[in-house]
Amino acid sequence: MFQLDGTELHYRKLNEQIKLLAQKIENIQIDNVSGQPYIGAGLTGKLQLIINGVPGNNLGVFMDGAEIFVHDNAQDLIGNTMNEGKIVVHGHCGDVIGYGMRGGEIYIRDRAGYRAGIHMKGHEEKFPVIVIGGTVGDFTGEYMAGGVIIVLGLNSEEPLVGDYLAVGMHGGAIYLRGEIDEETLAPGVGILPMDEKDLFLLRRHVKEYCAHFGENMEQIMAKKFTKIGPLSHRPYKRLYSY
Amino acid sequence: MMRKTRVAAQFKIKINRNLCIDCRKCVNGCGWSAIRYDDHNLIPENHKCVGCHYCVYSCPTGAISIEKNSLAFADHGHWTPYYIENVYRQAEQGGMLLAGTSNDRPVIDLWSHMIFDACQVTNPPIDPIREPMELRTYLGRKPDNIKVEKDKSGYKLQTELYPNLKLETPILFSAMSFGAVSLPVHQALVKAAKNMGTFMNCGEGGLHESLYPYSDQVIVQVASGRFGVDQKYLKNCAAIEIKIGQGAKPGIGGHLPGEKVGQEISKTRMIPEGTDAISPAPHHDIYSIEDLRQLIYALKETVGYKVPVGVKIATVNNVAAIASGVVRAGADILYLDGGQGGTGAAPTVIRNNMGMPIEIALAVVDDQLRKEGIRHQASIIAAGGFRDSGDVAKAIALGADAVSIGTAPLIAIGCHMCKKCYTGNCSWGIATQREDLVSRLDVDYAEEMLTNLVRAWSLEIKEMLGAMGLNSIESLRGNRERLRGIGLDQNTLNILGIKAAGN
Repeated sequence: MFQLDGTELHYRKLNEQIKLLAQKIENIQIDNVSGQPYIGAGLTGKLQLIINGVPGNNLGVFMDGAEIFVHDNAQDLIGNTMNEGKIVVHGHCGDVIGYGMRGGEIYIRDRAGYRAGIHMKGHEEKFPVIVIGGTVGDFTGEYMAGGVIIVLGLNSEEPLVGDYLAVGMHGGAIYLRGEIDEETLAPGVGILPMDEKDLFLLRRHVKEYCAHFGENMEQIMAKKFTKIGPLSHRPYKRLYSY
Repeated sequence: MMRKTRVAAQFKIKINRNLCIDCRKCVNGCGWSAIRYDDHNLIPENHKCVGCHYCVYSCPTGAISIEKNSLAFADHGHWTPYYIENVYRQAEQGGMLLAGTSNDRPVIDLWSHMIFDACQVTNPPIDPIREPMELRTYLGRKPDNIKVEKDKSGYKLQTELYPNLKLETPILFSAMSFGAVSLPVHQALVKAAKNMGTFMNCGEGGLHESLYPYSDQVIVQVASGRFGVDQKYLKNCAAIEIKIGQGAKPGIGGHLPGEKVGQEISKTRMIPEGTDAISPAPHHDIYSIEDLRQLIYALKETVGYKVPVGVKIATVNNVAAIASGVVRAGADILYLDGGQGGTGAAPTVIRNNMGMPIEIALAVVDDQLRKEGIRHQASIIAAGGFRDSGDVAKAIALGADAVSIGTAPLIAIGCHMCKKCYTGNCSWGIATQREDLVSRLDVDYAEEMLTNLVRAWSLEIKEMLGAMGLNSIESLRGNRERLRGIGLDQNTLNILGIKAAGN
């Protein structure tokens, strides 16, 4: 484990050091992180990054394979256009996490902000996953094309998700631990029946969530989940005249 | 039951049976199945013909001609056949009209209202055949000032320069995605770009495997759909461009219909086969100039500041203020896409009614950036309907560092401007993914045509420079004194920053 001190370190210097170290070392711990953006931008390979403090926006942007563990809250744009890897946040996070994410996993212990998982997409073996332990804000899963978002709503009386859930969704699935009024869903999106495959997937990722944050798996799974998905993967049919 | 449409056939297919040798090349060649072979008879289906002339081209005996089916509507100055037929279409189908290429309504073309100065008597013109003529252009941020030190071995530059693109001619190929155009088009564009020392932009649909060996000639695009954007893509390119808008359809996104998302496109875009590839109207991680800055620097951090990062915007009312923001956000190249820019598919009403001509936008953006003292922080690429080298040279005189062309290269490789790019039936193998059609576009042939086009325009630009007594494109850049306007009102002249002819 190599330790870096983030105190008053400019993000550009910090990232340069991470990239340099990543060539030789597989475990880096950065202490006193305070809002530096772009940490882990474009990281590849097996690297494990432990962040003590609050990282800035775009944590793990364009990342392809590394693992980042944040022992505090995190800000906006986590895992932006991420291709592979894992980001685990022991706290809350801000808006627009996993935008255009194609692969990898994001685990948020508590609440996530607006616009989570917009335009997530899967491809071949790539399958992006976002697990949010608390609740999540408006516009979750907009334009979603693949992968899954799991919202657990733990320790919260707030509504599970905000408004405009899954507008324009044409692939993937959203699992909510609890119920949602189908009337509130956008046209082209609906509540779908859960099957064995869904449960298998859910159990797998909830198990990992519990492993990261020390929650009780059976307690979480005891409550009924609702699956939301697209009714068509061609939402833009019959819009045009020729 | 199929209802009969009230939109009459646009064209008439005339086949001279005396010349016809029954080879059926027209039948097999037409992407639209507009000619049928039935019981030793060639039967034209006029309503399917789009006027792309592929049958005329492929007929070995010259037996086919295409004529306009000019049905006489009663005269009406306001309700022209264009509007009448569109109402029929929309009444019958109930959707937004879809269109390809650029705005096809009569537009005020300011290029034709501008003329160049030339040398006579008082200053000598230069003959580009006899004397060196420099078209080399660098795109990217320039330093605020440069520090040079002299030592025993000579002068040495002390300032660290920003990454720049080096072009041997100020013409690039515009972004057209693999999906909108076929793979041979992409392959020919990148090879021609290499031949001519310039660049192609792969558009927002990712970069096909076969183009990676040429990635030094490729500007890769990051658009709202983030299709095909991964490490390999970002780290194998000459420059990165964030696509905010497109001149033909400012303010809206795009989508590639699922029918076109076959195996190769699915692999290149990194999405499942057969699903709609949707580019949302905004990047949902960019709602402000500050957000744009974040994406610019996220890209720069990812690629280690090794390549320029540009931003493409459509030219809209407040383009000068927006451009200033984009440059201040850290864009190294500002791509202005004018209202006359092309598209593979856009709602007709958007294409025809939104966006400002590039002539105006370019002038006001160049002025604004100069006023603010930040013009050197980004190079300007102008685009949107450049038809010949005259348009190109005028854009450079108005302030562009380079221009980008999309429609002209497609015409160079066979496009006949039938405007049906969105259907996927392009008989010329350009705007299609149908294997039977794609396979007829020969990459080597297309490469030669594209190389020739850029070569020809470059020669003409040199000729114009010579006539103006200039020996480098740098001396024309932003040199509006060498332009005059004809038939333009004073306000337009003021905006363009040029004098009226005679002044």
